[in-house]
Amino acid sequence: MFDLDRWREIFQSINKNKLRTFLGAFTVALGIFIFTVLFGMGNGLKNTFNKFFSDDATNTIFIRAGNTSKAYKGFKEGRRIQFENEDLDLLKKELGNKIEYFSARVYKGVQARYKKESGAYTIRAVHPQHQFLEKTIIDGGKFIDENDIKNKTRVVVIGRLVEQDLFKTELALGKFIELDGLAYKVVGVFSDAGGDNEERNIYAPVSSIQLIYKNTQDIDEIVLTFNKSIGESGAKEMVSDIKKILKKKHFVAKDDRSAIFVRSVFENYQRNMQLANVLQMIVLWIGVGTLFAGAIAIGNIMVFVVKERTKELGIRKALGATPRSIVGLILQESIFITAIAGYLGILIAIFTLNGIGSSLEDYFITNPEVNRSTIIWATVILILVGAIAGYIPARRAAKIKPIVALSDD
Amino acid sequence: MIKIENLHKSYPMGKESLHVLKGLNLHIKEGEFVSIMGASGSGKSTLLNIVGLLDIHDEGAYYLNGQLIEKLDEKKAAVLRNKFLGFVFQSFNLIAYKTALENVALPLYYKGVGRKERQEIAMQYLDKVELKDWANHLPGELSGGQKQRVAIARALVTQPKVVLADEPTGALDSTTSNSVMELLKEINREGMTVFVITHEEEIANDTDRIVRLRDGVIISDEKVKKNINV
Repeated sequence: MFDLDRWREIFQSINKNKLRTFLGAFTVALGIFIFTVLFGMGNGLKNTFNKFFSDDATNTIFIRAGNTSKAYKGFKEGRRIQFENEDLDLLKKELGNKIEYFSARVYKGVQARYKKESGAYTIRAVHPQHQFLEKTIIDGGKFIDENDIKNKTRVVVIGRLVEQDLFKTELALGKFIELDGLAYKVVGVFSDAGGDNEERNIYAPVSSIQLIYKNTQDIDEIVLTFNKSIGESGAKEMVSDIKKILKKKHFVAKDDRSAIFVRSVFENYQRNMQLANVLQMIVLWIGVGTLFAGAIAIGNIMVFVVKERTKELGIRKALGATPRSIVGLILQESIFITAIAGYLGILIAIFTLNGIGSSLEDYFITNPEVNRSTIIWATVILILVGAIAGYIPARRAAKIKPIVALSDD
Repeated sequence: MIKIENLHKSYPMGKESLHVLKGLNLHIKEGEFVSIMGASGSGKSTLLNIVGLLDIHDEGAYYLNGQLIEKLDEKKAAVLRNKFLGFVFQSFNLIAYKTALENVALPLYYKGVGRKERQEIAMQYLDKVELKDWANHLPGELSGGQKQRVAIARALVTQPKVVLADEPTGALDSTTSNSVMELLKEINREGMTVFVITHEEEIANDTDRIVRLRDGVIISDEKVKKNINV
């Protein structure tokens, strides 16, 4: 490999045969270019999927109630299930430290007003930990806290867009906003990566809203995250435990699929990531196919090269070249050309991917990119490709019989 | 130097096999200048290939420099060729993209001699064939006679035991042929064993001993009577 004389031989051979070297190199560069670009696109696709889920923590579980579809224990089918505070307490007791964060959710559509501005918004009444569940970013003030829950205070945390719509140029923090005719103090303003819809929400303490509206214990939805240490199988088990606990409490048949809905972001995320992975695999296979075609092309060229050089290789053998040195010569030339050409292909591909950047976001491709390990792998593949492409012709070259090669016809 | 006993060689030709060499016995001593004469198809090229370790025999024994040649794999053959044999071909067989000097130095590369030393030795031999001034020319820029002299320099550069020349003048006109033969004679006078294959009487008469082949057998083997009128 570090035989300077052999490098001299190789450079001489490349130098004397520029066209065929260029053709071989071009094929490989094109192959690796397409491979890298497709791989980057696959990553872009994954990035898009990741972005969809960036709003919620991936370990979030949403629990909602519906109507029963089966008669059970003397109850008729079609009965409506309503969650209450005690359902949340029960889950906390049963699941213990498997739960990381939890919150109830009560939704109320309200007419909001500040001075002359008004609009229809939704109150999302929650517990303090909801901030971590939804990855809510506090821009000013604070989120709902334990005191608000305990004292049932009339405070709200409004979305960035609510402030924009109603308060215009004024600062909302500390002012009073009128919701369905009742005044609430704005104690915080938030933004959310989930987009505009999220930022049109108004958060309030769940206890206050339950008191103000009909004084019930009703909950529309329970949201919680599982402790990540329980792992993938633990999470799946927890989802089925939640169903079991709630079905038992509300007298729902075990096989009733419509009364209790448990949606796990984790499972959705996994399913979507599986899809993204399958897509990337397909894309990758296309890339590998292209690379393979490139390898065959360079192999082809090397076969031709060996044929063309039959006489020369025969002379070398007559002068004392061992089969091994002939294989080495051809193989090293092939690997050298592939490595250089391939690296060029990778560089151009990286430039192309950087150039694409975010311009393809409409086609579900966000920031297509390849990471360092991919590049290292691609390089390894390249050298392998070069070796494979060169090996077969090199073997053939080593088998050349000098007498056949040197025969004068 | 070269000792051949009851040598047989046949080539498969479809279902039949062509019996080319039918039991040759030949002994060439060190320092001899021998020519093998024969029409095409007489088996002389096959004999050269076997002597040159470019092909293997089927039957009989072949001793090169006292060493029995058997179980010859490609690597072993390559090393022996490099060490003991120098080749001169009818069509020169120089590598077209290498200069005269590089062509002469190539066998030394396979012998494992360092680059600088290689070039020095190659230059000495080019000087010997009077082509020092053409060292950096490509074969395409040389005349036929010059090419063959480069090839002879290449054959000699490893200081082999035997120089094998296969129709060395076959592609040359008569004047150039003479100068090439003179060069071979001179090499022989310095003690080199030279083994020439030819179908030309004139060339054969320039050597010291003529072995005639016909249909795979030696029909005569005699010393050349020199006209001593120098």
